[in-house]
Amino acid sequence: MTLFSTLKLAVRALWRNKVRTMLTMLGIVFGIGAVIAMVSSGQGAQQAVKDVFKSMGTNVLVVTNQNQRGPGPSAGGGGGAALTYDDIKALQSGEISTISAVAPILQTRTQVVSDQANWNTSVIGTQASWFTVRSWKAAEGMTFDEDTGNSNAKVTVLGRTVAVQLFGDARSAVGQTVRVNGQPYEVIGVLETKGQGPMGDNDDTMVIPLKTYQQKMDRGLAKYFRGMLLVQMTGDDVAEKTMADITALLRDNHKLKLTDEDDFRIRNPAEWAKAQQDSTERISMLLAIVAAVSLFVGGIGVMNIMLVSVIERTREIGIRMAVGAKPKDVMLQFLVESLMLSALGGVLGLLLGYGAAHLMADVFGWKMVFPVETAVIAFVVSGGVGVGFGLYPAVRASRLDPITALRYET
Amino acid sequence: MNDTGAPLIQMRGIQRTYTMGDNLVHALRGVDLTIEHGASVAIMGTSGSGKSTMMNIMGCLDQPTKGSYLLDGRDVARLSRAQLADVRGRMIGFVFQSFNLLSRTTALENVEMPLMYQGVPARQRRERAMAALERVGLAKRHDHHPNQLSGGQQQRVAIARALVTEAPVIMADEPTGNLDTKTSYEVMGILQGLVAQGKTVILVTHESDIAAYAARVVTLRDGLIIDDKTQTPLDARAHGDAA
Repeated sequence: MTLFSTLKLAVRALWRNKVRTMLTMLGIVFGIGAVIAMVSSGQGAQQAVKDVFKSMGTNVLVVTNQNQRGPGPSAGGGGGAALTYDDIKALQSGEISTISAVAPILQTRTQVVSDQANWNTSVIGTQASWFTVRSWKAAEGMTFDEDTGNSNAKVTVLGRTVAVQLFGDARSAVGQTVRVNGQPYEVIGVLETKGQGPMGDNDDTMVIPLKTYQQKMDRGLAKYFRGMLLVQMTGDDVAEKTMADITALLRDNHKLKLTDEDDFRIRNPAEWAKAQQDSTERISMLLAIVAAVSLFVGGIGVMNIMLVSVIERTREIGIRMAVGAKPKDVMLQFLVESLMLSALGGVLGLLLGYGAAHLMADVFGWKMVFPVETAVIAFVVSGGVGVGFGLYPAVRASRLDPITALRYET
Repeated sequence: MNDTGAPLIQMRGIQRTYTMGDNLVHALRGVDLTIEHGASVAIMGTSGSGKSTMMNIMGCLDQPTKGSYLLDGRDVARLSRAQLADVRGRMIGFVFQSFNLLSRTTALENVEMPLMYQGVPARQRRERAMAALERVGLAKRHDHHPNQLSGGQQQRVAIARALVTEAPVIMADEPTGNLDTKTSYEVMGILQGLVAQGKTVILVTHESDIAAYAARVVTLRDGLIIDDKTQTPLDARAHGDAA
């Protein structure tokens, strides 16, 4: 029997029982759809985590005081800071060769005011290096140069959200004045948008020079630094060495004895990111397994309906055998039928999964990732399901005794 | 077919036993039968005499429990299921009492079906199936489904299906059992025409007036041959014309 005739027979048999075919296919459709959607959204979520940490800067270490919970003096509480401005200078001196930039950050949330509006945002005091470390450029105007960053000039670079809230749009913000605690700051630039980050809206920020911050927002120039340091490294494979070097340098600077514990903390966001990613991966793996189970159940549905079909068509099988159908022909007929059922379900499932993944990407705000390999695998698997679960009914059909089959009364 | 020189059918000591629940049923208890090529044979017997079992074995649909069966010189017991299917497809055309056509499938497709299993290309299949329908006078109704045809017409489609492979043997199991008298004459007429064309026609029936159209009548009772006689067959076509 030619392949084409076999295919035609299968199409006709499936078409004959349209409702049943569709219902059976649904099992495969949802199975494949779920697998695609789960894998796609899992990858999307992972990509989102990756992007978030990328927005913090790549190859960055975070150095804070030991007893400091979060960045900024508000969290620092009543002293206890161990990091000093000398430490910053030492780290920036180039003594540790794997450090490419250090950005000190002082930060607080406060009310900022323009002529038209006011807004509560996080004000950051830092140096020019901050823009490098976070690889953040100005969309309008400019960021700090070295001198501005080190000065106590009353200038500011606004995040897009702040610019929009205070001045309506980014362009018109440049050159305007923002008041914080009664002090006027000239807007010299507005940053490119970065969107959501791990600590909320990245663009909801206002950046001023570190020294200005100390003088106008904090307790004036001091010895101790109650903030956070972003340390950018020259590569991602030097994290351990750099952390060890920083530890040695800071311990030395702080004159800690061997038995003393560190009075500072160094964290590697890449590791948080990895942990985050690992957990998303685990969850998406779990979901994919659940989806695979539903595909399995769909496959059992195919097997079930093929068994029913074999029984219903026992007489037909008998007739076909009487006129010369070999066991192989009968087997192939049913196998192709279940293969077609599953493959068609697979295609529809692919579309459904794609749609669902798209929807989820929209809802959760991550990028749509369409896993091509997964799609191919899912399609092959659905075909495999068809063959795998269709095999038993098909073999059963082919083993029928012609005379018994011919006499079978439906 | 004749080049082996062997008779078409050579049965020796054929027995067939079924288990029905706890009971052993002896459908055939030792049958010897030889049928030559081109013969016209009716196998007679009452219900339960074993005549259908005998035809099933002859037609390679069933295997004997004991005894040897040579079909055209080949020992059927040695053939695999696939080979048996091939023998059925190429050597034998079946006509059943209940027609056994595929429903929701046109007459033409029903007739084409045996050719599909012989790998005949679609176009040839169509042509040969049309020709076969022509021979039974149903070419015009080739696109009808069985439920749109009368019993006689359905049986003629079944005969066309048996003819389409050019098989040398036609085996008909109570071909007129579900038909009225007039239609029965028609069907018998067609079968007699086939004998005239050189085919072997083996007919199973319990009606003696149907067996009267065959040149040889083998009578079975309780799984044994009790009578085997030759006769001058009635001419069904003459009958058909008269009716």
